[in-house]
Amino acid sequence: MTEKRQTPKLDELTKGPWPSFVTEMKKVQDNPMVNDLLGQLERSYNEKIGHWKHGGIVGVMGYGGGVIGRYNDLPDDFPECNEFHTIRVNQPAGWFYDSKTIRKICDIWEKRGSGLTNFHGSTGDMVLLGTRTKELEPLFSDLTSIDFDLGGSGSDVRTPSCCNGKARCEWACYDTMKICHEVTMHFQDELHRPAFPYKWKFKFSGCANDCVASIARSDCAVIGTWKDEIKIDQKALQEHYVNGGGVDIARDVVNRCPSRCMSWDGTKLEIANEDCVKCMHCINVLHKALRPGDERGAAILIGGKAPIIGGALLAFTLIPFIDIENSLEDIYEVVEEIWDLWGEYGKNRERIGEFIQRIGLGNFLEQVGLEPAPEMISHPRTNPYIFFELDGEE
Amino acid sequence: MAERRTDIGPPHYENFLPPVIKKNYGKWLDHDIPRPGVLVHTAESGDKVWSVRAATPRLASIVTLRMFADLADKYSDGYMRWTSRNNIEFLLTDESKVDPLIADLKKEGYPVGGTGASITNIVHTQGWVHCHSSASDASGVVKSIMDELFPYFESMDKLPARLRIAFACCLNMCGAVHCSDISVLAVHRHAPKIDHDAMSKVCEIPSTISSCPTGAIRSATVDGKPSVEVIEEQCMYCANCFSVCPAMSLNDPETDGISIWVGGKLSNARSKPMFSKLAIPYLPNNPPRWPEVVNAVKHLVEVYAKHARKFERMGEWIERIGWPKFFDLTGLEFTKYHIDDFTHAGETYNRSAHNKIFNS
Repeated sequence: MTEKRQTPKLDELTKGPWPSFVTEMKKVQDNPMVNDLLGQLERSYNEKIGHWKHGGIVGVMGYGGGVIGRYNDLPDDFPECNEFHTIRVNQPAGWFYDSKTIRKICDIWEKRGSGLTNFHGSTGDMVLLGTRTKELEPLFSDLTSIDFDLGGSGSDVRTPSCCNGKARCEWACYDTMKICHEVTMHFQDELHRPAFPYKWKFKFSGCANDCVASIARSDCAVIGTWKDEIKIDQKALQEHYVNGGGVDIARDVVNRCPSRCMSWDGTKLEIANEDCVKCMHCINVLHKALRPGDERGAAILIGGKAPIIGGALLAFTLIPFIDIENSLEDIYEVVEEIWDLWGEYGKNRERIGEFIQRIGLGNFLEQVGLEPAPEMISHPRTNPYIFFELDGEE
Repeated sequence: MAERRTDIGPPHYENFLPPVIKKNYGKWLDHDIPRPGVLVHTAESGDKVWSVRAATPRLASIVTLRMFADLADKYSDGYMRWTSRNNIEFLLTDESKVDPLIADLKKEGYPVGGTGASITNIVHTQGWVHCHSSASDASGVVKSIMDELFPYFESMDKLPARLRIAFACCLNMCGAVHCSDISVLAVHRHAPKIDHDAMSKVCEIPSTISSCPTGAIRSATVDGKPSVEVIEEQCMYCANCFSVCPAMSLNDPETDGISIWVGGKLSNARSKPMFSKLAIPYLPNNPPRWPEVVNAVKHLVEVYAKHARKFERMGEWIERIGWPKFFDLTGLEFTKYHIDDFTHAGETYNRSAHNKIFNS
C-alpha cells in the first residue's frame, strides 16, 4: 500500500462528543480506496471545493438504476478512488436487520468495495459508497445471493420507505411496512428500469406525525388517519394528567387543537369529532388516555418535492380516506393512470407536483378519472378566469 | 454458475423482526420515555420493549457495523434497526440490559439520546465526500454543529418542543431540508463556468438550453465550436443545467457558502406542515469547523429555547410573534434577499394592516 495519507484538517473532526465520519473512514483506511478518499477529502477541505466529476453511466446488466457512477477529477493524485461508484441497496421495510445479515453485507462489501456505507441514504436505501466498475456485476451477484436487490435511481420509482408502523408504534393507522413492501415488490420493473419524465417517490407514514417526512419528500405520500372518534379513556386521563403529569390540559392540549374541537371543564374531556382534522397533537400529548379511532386507513397525498426546478412543494390531498390495506389494487390503478398521463405529457425533469400545477388540477383529475373534491384544496378559486367547456352543454 | 437473479426486491422485513415485535405486531398500547434516548413500549399483552437509540454519523464503516452486530447479539437477540434520522436502535426485552448497553455504546463513541423535546441527528447529504455538485461538505458541517448542540441531544428538558435540523449541500436538497426547524443549505452564488471544449462532446445543447427555468442559457459558437452562453444576471444558481450537462459546473471555492432557513415542519400535529424560511442568506465556507455556521445555528436554538412556549415548534413560535419580532429578537439583519422574487412571491407579501408595533 502507498503511504498513509495525512489529514490534519480532517483530524480536527475526530474530536468532540458527536460520532465522527472521519473516524469511520480511518477505521478502514487500510483499504487503498479509502486512503485516497481521505487524501482527496483533505484536499477539498484545503481548497473549499469538491473533486468529484459529474455522473458517468455505469450499472448492472438489465437495470437502468441502482448504481450512481462517480469519478474524481484528480486521477493522477488519487488513483485508487478515481472510480468510486455508489450502490443503492433496497433496505428491508422499517430498516430492521439481524446481526447475521449485517455481517454478510459487511463481508461482501469488504471484498467488493471501500467498506464505507451510509445507513441510510436520504431516500431510505442502504448505500454502499465507492467501488469500481469491474466489481459491479460480481457485487450484484453477491447481494442477490443473500436476497438483497438494488434500489432506484434516475427517472424511475425510487426505493419506497416507511415508518416502523405496527411493528413498534401504537399510533399506526395501517400496516406501513406491509404496504411498503408490497408496493415495492409490485413495481420492481418500474424501480429498476427508468422510464418516467423524472423520479417518483413513495413514502408511507402510519399517522399524521409523518416520521418519514412523506408529505415533503415524496410524490405519493400515504399518511395514516381514521374516520371515527378518538377513543378517550377518561379514567386514565384523570390518573395520568389531571394531578401532575406535567401537562396543562386546557393550555397545552385544548388551546393547541387546530380545529378547536375539544373542550375541558376540569374533569371531563370532550371532543367534537366531526370537527377533528386528525392532526395527532392531543394523542401525542395525552398518549395514555387518547387513541386514534377504530375505523383506520390512510390519506393519499400527491406532489411533494424539493425546489429543483419550479420550487419546493408539499404534497396535497388527492384521496382524503381509503381503507388502504384492502384497496391496494385500486391504488395501483390510480397510480398507473397518473404515470400514463405524466409519461405522455410531462416534460423532462418535471416532477408530478409541477406537472399537475402546469396542466391544472381540474384537468389532471379529469384525465386520470377522479372526481374533484373540496378536500383537495384549501379554498375554491378567487379569480374569475374560468375555462368553461360548452361542448357538453345542451 | 448460479442463475442470475434480478427483480427480487428487498428481503421480507419479517425475517428481521425480533420475537417480541412479531408477537405484538399491531398490538402496542402506549409508550414512555423514561430517560433521554430510551423508549419503552407496552403492548396489550403486557409485554414491554426498551428501545435504546444511539447517534451515528450516517457514514458508517464495516468495522462499526460489525460492532453494532456484536452489540445486538449481546443485548437484543441479534436484532437492530435504524431510524429515519440515521440513529441506530436496539430493542431490548430485559430492562436490566439497558444500562450496560448504553455504557458499551458510549465506550464505542455512539452516544444515546435524541428522544422527545431534543435535537436529534441531522438528516444530511454527501457533500465533498461523494457529490459532484456540492457547494460545501455535509458531514463536516453536521459534525461541527452537533458537537456544539450535543447537550440538546442528551436531554429532553432544554427545549419547548423537538427541534429538527437538516443539511443539504446544494439546492437539489437530497436531504430535503425545505421543511425543518433549522435548515442549513449550501449555496452557489455564481453562474456556471462553461467548459466550451467539453460542451459539444458531453452535452446535448438543446436540452441544456431548455433546462434553465429562467431562460438564461442561449446557444453560441465559441472558437468555432457549438456551445452555449449564460445571461449571468438571469441566473439564480439552481444548477439544473449542471444536472443535465457536466460542462456547466457551478462549484466555486470563492463564492460558495451556506445559508440558514428556519421554521419549517413536516408533522401535521397542531399546525399544518410548513416550509422553512430564509433567516441568513450567506455565511462563508470555513472548514474544518465552520464556526460562523455553528454559531448562527446555536444562536437560533438559544433564542427559540428562551422565547417559545411549551409544544411550540420554531415555526409556530415565529408565527405567533411575527417575523419582525423574530428578526428583532435574533438580531439578524433583514435584507432584500429575504424577500421572495420567484414564482409565488406575491403570496408572501403582508397584504394587510396587521402589524405589531414595537420598540426594538
